[in-house]
Amino acid sequence: MSIILNNVSFTYGEGTAYEMQALKNVTLKIDDGEFIGIIGHTGSGKSTLIQHLNGLMKAVSGEIYFNGRDIYEEDFDLRELRTRVGLVFQYPEHQLFETTVFNDVCFGPMNQGFDKNEAGLRAFEALRMAGVPEKLYYQPPFDLSGGQKRRVAIAGVLAMKPEVLILDEPTAGLDPKGRDEILDLIAGMHKSKKMTVILVSHSMEDVAKYVQRIIVMDEGQVFLDGAPREVFKYYKELEKIGLCAPEVTYLMEDLKARGMAIDGDATTVEEAKQSILKLFQ
Amino acid sequence: MLRDITLGQYYPGNSPVHKLDPRVKLFGALVYIVSLFVFRGILGFLLATVFLIFVIKICQVPFRFMVKGLKAIVILMAFTAVFNLFLTPGEHVLFHYGIFTITMEGVKNAAFMLIRLTYLIVGTSVMTLTTTPNQLTDGLEKALKPLSKIGVPVHAVSMMMSIALRFIPILIEETDIIMKAQMARGANFEEGSLIVRAKNMIPLLVPLFISAFRRADDLAMAMEARCYEGGEGRTKMRPLKYQGLDYGAYVLLLAYLGGIIFLRFFIV
Repeated sequence: MSIILNNVSFTYGEGTAYEMQALKNVTLKIDDGEFIGIIGHTGSGKSTLIQHLNGLMKAVSGEIYFNGRDIYEEDFDLRELRTRVGLVFQYPEHQLFETTVFNDVCFGPMNQGFDKNEAGLRAFEALRMAGVPEKLYYQPPFDLSGGQKRRVAIAGVLAMKPEVLILDEPTAGLDPKGRDEILDLIAGMHKSKKMTVILVSHSMEDVAKYVQRIIVMDEGQVFLDGAPREVFKYYKELEKIGLCAPEVTYLMEDLKARGMAIDGDATTVEEAKQSILKLFQ
Repeated sequence: MLRDITLGQYYPGNSPVHKLDPRVKLFGALVYIVSLFVFRGILGFLLATVFLIFVIKICQVPFRFMVKGLKAIVILMAFTAVFNLFLTPGEHVLFHYGIFTITMEGVKNAAFMLIRLTYLIVGTSVMTLTTTPNQLTDGLEKALKPLSKIGVPVHAVSMMMSIALRFIPILIEETDIIMKAQMARGANFEEGSLIVRAKNMIPLLVPLFISAFRRADDLAMAMEARCYEGGEGRTKMRPLKYQGLDYGAYVLLLAYLGGIIFLRFFIV
């Protein structure tokens, strides 16, 4: 089970005055159960890339294989693909429309063709997984706070029981507490449900703390692809494309430059603490 | 899919037509429309054609953008042509079957009507393709300024227009995103009977309306925070001022209009 992109290119507004190539020959393999972070500057092609993974956008050239099948084949069911590769858009709370939270989360499963009972069951499960308090289930979604709305919107995708979960900047516009809660929730799902999770983010700290693999996008191309400590070794190159490594990477590099004998490839505060403590033992 | 709306879409460029004062272009479009319904006979038609080709040549917008707008009125054109063809009375009957009669005059009328409609769309497209919507409303505001003396709220209307125009691309983009988001949840906007499809639009329309109201609210708040209070005593950052090019264009337009009128009334 995997998603393979082979030489995928995409151009916005082809044949108009506003033509813009958003993806250039992207080749990637995403394996089952991975926890991937996609980072990149605004306009680097992150959002365009993830919309290709569930067939919402069609590549101008190149192929995409889901579990070994070409998704652009005539008889490939794209609607089914979208239920298996769940995509949570940026500011997903703006898509809520039903009269109650519960009904809104039922929307996905109902579209999958489940009857009311099964859809309801899935909605309950998803809402509980997303950590929405039970007393909110039958309230209009528009009365909820920003963080709660976002949980509801994420539950709306979870209710379809996707095998792959893609989230586009799920923490944008949330306060630090809300941000940590959402990220913990996502990490928890990766652990307990063995879901493949793809997280698009601006924040290096978030990505470094949670993911196993980082894909750095720049100008529509894959710039770097590897484990966080590998990728952040290239922090100088990352700065050139308008990104940066987590704060601790700089701290560790600075300490190393001042002659401390530590291994400087820590990417989280916890790792940094361990390697500094090791020095004093 | 939603980006293919041309009428009123600016095509960036640096041609003399792009640089004209929007008032000149508004007046020009008006003159051209009037001229299309004034001319009769082949000479007037030739003059209108030459003028149009001349303007298209100097505005440097690819021709296919101009004819894009025609797609929207294909049905209207078909109806006009058919009605003119069959319902024009005349002496030279070309074809007669039951209630259907085609006359020489009918053929001529239908042909001219088609040409008029085509030129109308292409001609006004020249204006909208070379002028940003903001310039256009600016031009309108200034051109209609005298009306404010008799109590017409010219500034308010033009402000509303420019805001509305400004929000069209934003709302189109928003529609696109919401549509995709609901499609990611398995929504189907393409299949089903008319009633099913209308019902399927609810997940799109509710969030779209909510976001439109939210945006309107935010914008009103932002304008008030900057002490906006209407047109009284308000100056412009770039006030419209006629340049030499604009006067030249006016002369050309008047000469064209004069030519068309001359052809209509003095030469058949």
